Amino acid sequence: MTALAPPTKQPPKIRRTTSQTNGDSPTTREAARMNWSRMWTVARTDLKQLAQAKDFWLPMMILGSFFFVIIPTILLFTITSIGDVEVIGQISQTIEVLPQAAQDQILGDTPEGQTAYALAVFLFAPVAVIVPLTISTAVGASTIVGERERGTGEFLAHSPAAAKEIYIGKLIASLIPGYLTTAVGFGAYSIIVNLIVGPEVGGWFFPTFQWWVMILWVLPPFLAICLSLVLRLSARVRSTAAAQQASGLISLPLIMIAYSQSTGVLFGAGSLPYVVGAIAWAIALFSLHRGVRSVTRSRLLGVVGGI
Amino acid sequence: MVNVAGVSRWFEDVQALTNLTIEVPKGSITVLLGPNGAGKTTAIRMITGALSPHQGSVSVFGLDPGQPQGEAVRRRCGVVSAKPSLYDRLSGWDNLRYAAELYDLGRGKATDARINEAAAQFGIDQALDQQVGGYSTGMKTRLALARSVLHEPELLLLDEPTSGLDPESAVAVLELIRAMTGEGRTVLMCTHLLLEAEGLADEVVIMQHGTSLVWGAPADLANSYWPTPVVRLSTGIGSDLDHLADLDQVTSYAREDKTATLEVADLSVVPQLVRRLTERGADVTAVQPFQPTLEDLYFAVRRSQGSTADEIPPPQVGTGRPSRSRVAELAR
Repeated sequence: MTALAPPTKQPPKIRRTTSQTNGDSPTTREAARMNWSRMWTVARTDLKQLAQAKDFWLPMMILGSFFFVIIPTILLFTITSIGDVEVIGQISQTIEVLPQAAQDQILGDTPEGQTAYALAVFLFAPVAVIVPLTISTAVGASTIVGERERGTGEFLAHSPAAAKEIYIGKLIASLIPGYLTTAVGFGAYSIIVNLIVGPEVGGWFFPTFQWWVMILWVLPPFLAICLSLVLRLSARVRSTAAAQQASGLISLPLIMIAYSQSTGVLFGAGSLPYVVGAIAWAIALFSLHRGVRSVTRSRLLGVVGGI
Repeated sequence: MVNVAGVSRWFEDVQALTNLTIEVPKGSITVLLGPNGAGKTTAIRMITGALSPHQGSVSVFGLDPGQPQGEAVRRRCGVVSAKPSLYDRLSGWDNLRYAAELYDLGRGKATDARINEAAAQFGIDQALDQQVGGYSTGMKTRLALARSVLHEPELLLLDEPTSGLDPESAVAVLELIRAMTGEGRTVLMCTHLLLEAEGLADEVVIMQHGTSLVWGAPADLANSYWPTPVVRLSTGIGSDLDHLADLDQVTSYAREDKTATLEVADLSVVPQLVRRLTERGADVTAVQPFQPTLEDLYFAVRRSQGSTADEIPPPQVGTGRPSRSRVAELAR
């Protein structure tokens, strides 16, 4: 070992000894094989931490119950028990703005019943979109930058876990809270709708087939698209606050798209829901695949130039 | 075991490592010594493949950690970073279990037993049920150490493992590190605390500005800087020491106030020097052979780096000879 001259002040043109990208360990290429056990470990540990964070999940629970329980209960109960024919008549005029295909599906013999049915089945559709996207975006935004801020990214960077395992583990950990809230909320909403509107339209009717399609086929890919973008952001920004701000910008247009698409799925008929879902899945898979590259060890470390 | 050869690394315009070369022999404790910003942490990150070099190469266990086989390297390394990198919201047990699963120890009774064993080794087993957010700094360090040895790594990379600890805990941690090499592990430790490295390091690498200035066993490095014995003599007046400078046995001489630092051909001449002083009526108050500490060595190397190019210290252990001016430096 020789004593060396002081370091040069200006970096020379970088000559890489491998085909690596600047600043990154080639983690994105390191994992041809996926270790599913490690991936689940990452997801499970993230979820466990989330479960410990009462300050996080309590507002989210309130959000879910607000959209799935409180608002529908008040509105549907008011409509079915208002008894004022004139007012009901005015509200029921909104049904006329629905597409004919949707109007044909409306059940109920009375204006109250028809209005309540239309609200429950068609107009509350965005509820199922807003809640999971909001919750999952909030979780996903802080997931990678949070590791960096807490210093735990250093542990992950030195661990044998591949970038792909970390990325997918964190994606799942972000997806589950939103989707779980939706599933529970959807169940609660179904009960409320059936209890309040059911007697007006001849019995329990909810969820309708279109709702099942939306919850199981259309919503998940939109959630995946949103999360793949949010995770990319989380890997690149310097603070959780910045990630939250930026993810809002990303998720808002996505919420609007998902809103319109889900509304279309419910209003439309035939193969439209399947087509919308299929296109969304294709975009989601592509976006998720591209998103893997965003997680690198240097980004977990938070070194300058790595972000 | 670890071979870092001519590694350079930039973070945008900042050069973190410059042609860094480190060799870590198997079964040894090698200490990277240097001030903050010397590149010690970056060096550790290169070794695990967490960062890749822009120039040069890194080989650990004969593998390149920056390549796909990096996973195999990381699986055989245990790392304690400068901040403990623990999940505050999880319990100590959950933190260790997370590591165990990431390092493929799996789940089950055997893993649970291993977690308990590692925690007990560092005296943290009684607090495993508590949330880490409530741990003291010392407890966090112990847990981080337990986590680093959980998978029984061959190479331990410890980045300032005692930072933030009280002296008692720091000594305990250093003893544990020493004990680990007895188990056949290789340790590479970063520190800027010279006392910490003293007596612990089998090899030291003194770093500055992202490069290694010198490397070798502390005793060998000391010999290369002070190849001839050095003694310090003090008298009541001080000026009556000056005539010693003219003696043949004294190869260099420097005095500050009442104490002179002399480089002598052999320590056996020291009684003659003392006798000569007393015969001349000097009041000899202290005779102290100089045993260079790591601190002396470190500052000698650092001072040399601040000197002109002609005075740069010996390039390799056992070669070169310090200039006479070093005795004057020592006297300071």
